[in-house]
Amino acid sequence: MRKVFLSEWFSRLIDALLPVFATLAALLVGAVMLLFLKVNPIEAYRALWDGAFGTSNAFAETLVKATPLLLVGLGICISFRGDVINIGGEGQMIVGALLATWVGLTFTSLPGWLVITLAMLAGFLGGAIWGGIPGVLKAYFRVNEILSTVMMNAIAVQLMNFLLRDAMIDPAQAERASKIPQTARLLDAFQLPRLVPTRLHLGALIAVILAILVYILLWRTTLGYRIRAVGQNPHASRYAGIKVPRYIVLALLLSGAFAGLAGATQVFGVNYRMITDGSASGFTGGAGFNGIVAALFGQLHPIWSIPASILFGALLVGANSMQRVVQVPSALITALNGLVVVFVVSSEIWRQRRQRRRLSAAGQDGESSPPASVEKIQQVEKVA
Amino acid sequence: MISDLFSVTVLVGILASGIRLATPYLYAAIGETFAQKSGVLNLGVEGQMLLGSFAAFYVALNTGNLWLGVLTAMLVGALMGLAMAYVTVNLHAQQGISGIGFYLFGLGMSDLLFQKLMGTVETVKGFPKIYFPVLSDIPGIGEIFFNHNILVYGAYLLVPIAWFVLNKTTLGLKIRSVGENPDAADSLGVNVARIRYFTIILGGTLSGIAGASLSIALLNVFQQNMTSGQGFIAVALVYFGAWRPVGVLGGALLFSLINSLQLWVQVLNIPIPSEIAVMMPYVLTILVLVATVSRVRAPAALTKPFEREN
Amino acid sequence: MKKFAWLLTFVVALSLVLSACGAGATPTVAPVEKFRVAVVMPSAINDLAFSQSMYDALIRVQTDMGGPDKFEIVYSENMFVVDDAAAAIRDYATKGYNLVIAHGSQYGSSLQEIAPDFLQTSFAWGTTVDTFGQPNIFAYEAASQEGGYVNGVLAATLSTSKVIGVVGPIETGDAKLYIDGFKAGVLATSPDVQVNVNYIGSFSDVALASEAATTHISAGADVLTGTAQMVVGAIGKAEEANALWFGTQSNQSSLAPKIVVASQVYHWEVMLKEMIGLIQSGTLGGQSFAANLANGGEVIEFNTGYALPADAKALADATVRGITDGSIKITLP
Repeated sequence: MRKVFLSEWFSRLIDALLPVFATLAALLVGAVMLLFLKVNPIEAYRALWDGAFGTSNAFAETLVKATPLLLVGLGICISFRGDVINIGGEGQMIVGALLATWVGLTFTSLPGWLVITLAMLAGFLGGAIWGGIPGVLKAYFRVNEILSTVMMNAIAVQLMNFLLRDAMIDPAQAERASKIPQTARLLDAFQLPRLVPTRLHLGALIAVILAILVYILLWRTTLGYRIRAVGQNPHASRYAGIKVPRYIVLALLLSGAFAGLAGATQVFGVNYRMITDGSASGFTGGAGFNGIVAALFGQLHPIWSIPASILFGALLVGANSMQRVVQVPSALITALNGLVVVFVVSSEIWRQRRQRRRLSAAGQDGESSPPASVEKIQQVEKVA
Repeated sequence: MISDLFSVTVLVGILASGIRLATPYLYAAIGETFAQKSGVLNLGVEGQMLLGSFAAFYVALNTGNLWLGVLTAMLVGALMGLAMAYVTVNLHAQQGISGIGFYLFGLGMSDLLFQKLMGTVETVKGFPKIYFPVLSDIPGIGEIFFNHNILVYGAYLLVPIAWFVLNKTTLGLKIRSVGENPDAADSLGVNVARIRYFTIILGGTLSGIAGASLSIALLNVFQQNMTSGQGFIAVALVYFGAWRPVGVLGGALLFSLINSLQLWVQVLNIPIPSEIAVMMPYVLTILVLVATVSRVRAPAALTKPFEREN
Repeated sequence: MKKFAWLLTFVVALSLVLSACGAGATPTVAPVEKFRVAVVMPSAINDLAFSQSMYDALIRVQTDMGGPDKFEIVYSENMFVVDDAAAAIRDYATKGYNLVIAHGSQYGSSLQEIAPDFLQTSFAWGTTVDTFGQPNIFAYEAASQEGGYVNGVLAATLSTSKVIGVVGPIETGDAKLYIDGFKAGVLATSPDVQVNVNYIGSFSDVALASEAATTHISAGADVLTGTAQMVVGAIGKAEEANALWFGTQSNQSSLAPKIVVASQVYHWEVMLKEMIGLIQSGTLGGQSFAANLANGGEVIEFNTGYALPADAKALADATVRGITDGSIKITLP
């Protein structure tokens, strides 16, 4: 018995590490590209490792980078399990950040801890609105969420540009001719406190706590159950009396809310103001998309998303460091990012096959059940 | 003032601009329509457009042969489509996410190649505007319809061709059946994998042409990230068009016409903040879709990988 | 599959072991006088605009100072995300670079935090005037409205249709400065000229910039100008319509040799050399620099391929002199 248990555990470990192996495979391809650029891949990848884990400062940077990834990823866990594709994370982060910043700039006479709490809630609310609108459009007007979220992303960017150069502009800037589109800096009291004397801020801890809460939400509450039910089989859910449209809206709303919170933590924990360079990624750093990838790394499970976000954050931070050290064009980093995503996503199939083999031997384990698309395969295929 | 908008020059300008702007959307979105009709979502269109755009430009710049450039772009797009097809059909990857991976890869590679092979921004002599005797000289109408380069006309020609293939040929029937119910199609002898490979590669090829239309026909230049999100808009337009080529045409034209309208709004100094003007195409696309609540369902198997029952 | 995973793990582990066993990076023994500069930029070094202007300037300084052995340049490009840039700035400071240039207004907060930790390093921040009262931060900005003004004066003179079009990215910062200066120059020369401005809402949408230019031309413009990297599309359309073009941030003559009249080019090296001199004599910051027409930080570079009428050139030169000696004041909205 014990032997079987060990090999089962080991087998699951391999499954969990599959994204890591896939990442390494992608980096191998990247090494070939580096060679073409006349760069020593070993030197380059050592720089990548050092940049992500080399010093305590580097590791802090990794965690700071991972925080918005985790928060967006948590939202993605919810939405994907509700079978809704939310690629509006960028816009939701922006709107959440705008609302949170407004709170931080308006209520300057209130105590710091109160403003921070209100601002985080504002971020949650802002993102919820920006996610809820596509949700309503999908549930009640049959507007596909890919279309609406792509459009909402673009609208959010213009909204940010407008507000930051007009209504929310730093009064100091408004007097200057150059008018940098940024808000005033938040009061020191409003900054998210640092956890250790590095750049690591409270937002990271908030994210981890929320990961646990999302896990509880999805598997220990009726709300979570219904979201997952609607995601797996909307027709059966409707038949069972679940108001499907409402839960579609909720899935997107919650997903957007977490992205909005990610935006708020970026402002209150890292930048201490909002500034735009005209694009979405200038503020978000692509976290709206990369968070989706991080969630997938974590098999769309909130708890596993924590190490997944750290891994992905390490990759991003390390890649920047690599760019500096060996002076490769940043375009290579982007291409490498893409390769890692494709490889990791492609490695899923092995995890599914291995899991199916294990599930057919043992019984079903509801907790780690894979999301809708995989389950449909399971329904189709005769489990021997 | 707003009344200026209703002058003939402006209306002609808006329509002509709109028709031009819609070109890359049409190529990419029609390609994506084929893929989605067969049940595959490809969010990597933007990456395919960028690589195709660079390939066409580089080849055209160095050989002077524009059609060779188009061909190269098609090849590059097809190759990326092949990779996407393998990852989607054989490896059952999560389609939305693999698409984003391909997008990032295409974005990075196109810029990397640009930096290493070219280094600075250059221009090329792209496809010229075609002159139609008599027709091009008609005031107004001539400017709007008969004053474009060949790739623009190609995009619009694609619409009836796509409609015909999807609705009137056996191939189209197979594509649609694979997208609706791959199990049933499979049991009837349709090779699901082969159909999906075909549509995905076709989508990639068309995205490549979309990129070429930008770099060697409309803009005659290549620059880092020059598509600037158009690939994602193209994917969104497939949903807008309810997976019908005519609907996609409508969506592309709507989006592009409003874009050219907002350009004129700014040029005519109508006092709307520039950001609000820029927002207009996006907001209106959503509003129009809400107003025309469609009864058409998505292909039932869209984004679901297919695995054969044993 | 299990075998494959094992093989992969083995290969990777092996390569990591080998790399660890291999010799570590040998520290290069640099000559004591070598001046090391690192620059962090928000866009690409070949964007024909903001970032490229700084990179080109650094290369010029490098050549003047005797080449890479005497003057080392490293860069981080496309650092539009603030915390990535912050990590880069901190990293460079840790590695002991003499001067770390944060070439982007969004990097201010990061600098404010990092600079106090590295008092031996000199930091430069642009485009701004704020040094935060820090002894090791230099600030620099470009008075792009000056070159804009000169361009505007010339544009008004050369336009026959009395309609001028402007294509801009977003309505802030350097772009707004240039465009406001340009408008002021036009209106000061010929108040009846119509200046139409279009902000397309992005720094990268070349297609939209190109259509904006076409729209301007349809509205009657025969002279165009624009700023930021996406205007390459607009320049092409200007050429097609035989409209004239005025450039900024870098010399854009090569893109359309027949119709580019002049470009305001940033010559950051003027201020860079002054900064380097100060650093080498012990002053690491606390001053702000402006690149303008007076000190040569901005230069109006005329396109030799375009036949500019002599009286127009004389007017342009007079305007430059006027701004330099203060007799012409540019009032911005």
